[in-house]
Amino acid sequence: MLFKNYQTDNFYDEMFDEQLRPRPGAEAVVNRFSELPLEELKRRQHAAEKALLQMGITFSVYGDEQGTERIFPFDIVPRIIPHNEWVEIEEGLKQRIRALNLFIDDIYHDQKILKDGVIPAELVLSAGAFRKECIGLNPPGGIWCHITGTDLVRGADGKFYVLEDNLRCPSGVSYVLQNRAVMKRSFPHAFDAARVNPVVDYPNRLLGLLQSLAPMRHRKPRVAVWTPGVYNSAYFEHSYLAQQMGVELVEGRDLAVVDDTVMMRTTTGLKPVDVLYRRIDDDFIDPEVFRSDSMLGVPGLMRAYRAGHVALANAPGTGVADDKAIYAYVPQMIRYYLGQDAILNNVETFLCRREQDLQHVLANLDKLVVKKVGESGGYGMLVGIHATPAERAEFAEQIKATPHDYIAQPTLSLSRVPTLIDDHFEGRHVDLRPYVLYGEEIYVTPGGLTRVALKKGSLVVNSSQGGGSKDTWVVEACSLPEGGSPC
Amino acid sequence: MLSRVAESIYWMYRYTERAENIARILDSNYHMILDLPTGFGEQWEPLVVTTGDEVLFEKLYGSYSQENVVQFLTFDRNNPNSILSCLRTARENARSVREWISSEMWQQLNTFYLMVKDASGSGGNIELPHEFYVEIMMNCHLFAGLAGNTMSHGIAWEFGRLGQMLERADKTARIVDVKYFILLPSVEYIGTPYDHILWGSILRSASAFEMYRKQYGQIVPDQIIEFLLLDNQFPRAIHHCLIMAELSLRNISGTMRGRFTNRAEKFLGQLLADLDYTTVEDIKALGLHQYIDSLQTRLNKASEVVFETFFSIPEEATSVTQDQVQS
Repeated sequence: MLFKNYQTDNFYDEMFDEQLRPRPGAEAVVNRFSELPLEELKRRQHAAEKALLQMGITFSVYGDEQGTERIFPFDIVPRIIPHNEWVEIEEGLKQRIRALNLFIDDIYHDQKILKDGVIPAELVLSAGAFRKECIGLNPPGGIWCHITGTDLVRGADGKFYVLEDNLRCPSGVSYVLQNRAVMKRSFPHAFDAARVNPVVDYPNRLLGLLQSLAPMRHRKPRVAVWTPGVYNSAYFEHSYLAQQMGVELVEGRDLAVVDDTVMMRTTTGLKPVDVLYRRIDDDFIDPEVFRSDSMLGVPGLMRAYRAGHVALANAPGTGVADDKAIYAYVPQMIRYYLGQDAILNNVETFLCRREQDLQHVLANLDKLVVKKVGESGGYGMLVGIHATPAERAEFAEQIKATPHDYIAQPTLSLSRVPTLIDDHFEGRHVDLRPYVLYGEEIYVTPGGLTRVALKKGSLVVNSSQGGGSKDTWVVEACSLPEGGSPC
Repeated sequence: MLSRVAESIYWMYRYTERAENIARILDSNYHMILDLPTGFGEQWEPLVVTTGDEVLFEKLYGSYSQENVVQFLTFDRNNPNSILSCLRTARENARSVREWISSEMWQQLNTFYLMVKDASGSGGNIELPHEFYVEIMMNCHLFAGLAGNTMSHGIAWEFGRLGQMLERADKTARIVDVKYFILLPSVEYIGTPYDHILWGSILRSASAFEMYRKQYGQIVPDQIIEFLLLDNQFPRAIHHCLIMAELSLRNISGTMRGRFTNRAEKFLGQLLADLDYTTVEDIKALGLHQYIDSLQTRLNKASEVVFETFFSIPEEATSVTQDQVQS
């Protein structure tokens, strides 16, 4: 009974309530995992890791000449979300992506929201991810951001908060699919008993979405996933998605623009491409328009895009809406464009560019998480509560030097999930990244990627900082009848 | 299909085939040595000559000891044609075309590479060479079998087979050439049991011993040359390899036999036609070494023409082609 000495330590635990009773929907999983002896659990954990290694779901350790490769650590205890709770998250995500798309379209056209003073114009127009080259562009259906991976966290109050909208090239969905495949193999009985909502049709939905963007309707659209190449850390995902969708995986050097049409170089000559699912930042896609030193891009791509000869998913320019400072205004966007209150909460955010906020941040560095606006992946950030006074002082100097570059948020008490550590379960902090596809309708993967900070007490879930992942199960919850057996 | 993808599949097969050949010549050499009288002298240099990497070897090691040659050909990362390097290159190519090949092929190549990489970690000491090299050969065969049985036999597969067959033809040519050269000074052994051991080892180097026996019976040098060069059914015979390579080319373009639509088809078709009508007497009249030399030149040229016809990317971008090592 590996849960015997389990403690929630006053954190919100996704599996157990304060009295250590399984939460609704978690009963079946708790029962099944309790039945298995430690040796068996460890054996299955090991088998799961071996399967991931053999499938080559690995990342390279940089600077290691022996070519060492590691798997993204995987924990076998699933994170459970009851269906009734999920429905609300799903609605909230749909609402949010609608508003964000209206915002992007507005920013690259009339900029009404700036003229009406809802968001300071200077904040948007000076943002690093604002692309003036995109002004006046009209992506199909007016939708700019087709594929989103929103980062959510659950706080001590049990509520979900949006931490970040990733509107450029969010990665990780392949781990959702692979983790699920491994869990179905490793724990078929627990899986069966829990009645888990499937995620397996994601590639099919993604393909449908991409095909629907094709500018030429008279022929079967040629879709391709565009990768920076095999040395990119998300390369596995690019190739996996291409394989699962049955489409080409291309690199910049496979493409050429001829007469404002994007072509790929094949063994039988140049062939037109209709839709590119680009997994490369918009800075790099076309050296004629954006960064001229890009070796990964295709000269002339934006000409073809403007001429309406090729569709790009996501459209260039979407990054303006996931800027860490502009994020603070998403609730206002939802009210402005949709006339609604935000269903999902934002995390309270202090913009150091505002004098009042700056003073508050400097006075409370030990309680706040400070982030650099242009960074991601857990870099350029200070978790005040875990930092030494010297580190805080050094960071304070950086903030004072360039306050525009920093935002701060309260240290969230992230929820935890039991995780197999050595020979027992311990709570570890998690976040959640559901994936949203926005085409003719909006689809949200049931669940998403649960990232877990494997270091004890750590709040940083990024894989580059010692994070791992778990499978996420959205389950049909049923209340436990008095004295009855769990469903 | 994309030129880059076609090229990666071609090299993935070629390098896997190359790894298998190196494992086989190492294994057959170990066997031959055990059967020879002590003092005959261990022959390890010819193995390096067979792979064509003498210059690199001499720079890295100097002397042709068993230990050096085995390390160089099996685990040396500085040798692009060591078994480990071949498998790493094959796997890197496979990684870049995962959406084209089957998951089974990828997993086999990945697991296989990790196995050999782990073996290289233990100082490269191979306790039981036969067991180790057989495992490598069987893993290569498993890859080829999975490729044949899990991937559609479309154009991608044909590019793979083309690479495999060109590589195999080249390796058989080298094995025969080098071995024959070594055997020349051993006239004194003619008629002794060692004669059979030495000539038999040529056949074993091409895993051709049993098939040869069935067809010819006695070990006769001329017939061995005929079998390894001109047989049209034995899978490692050069003639057979070129028949299959030419078939792949025609399947790629959809051209019937008797016509050609690109330079690769023309070049390989001419080479094949020559082999169709060559006899072992013709070869001897020219001299075996001279014949193989000219055959190899044409095989190298065939690889170049294939590259120019299908893989070299039109327009600018010549600087970004992969750094592949041709033997």
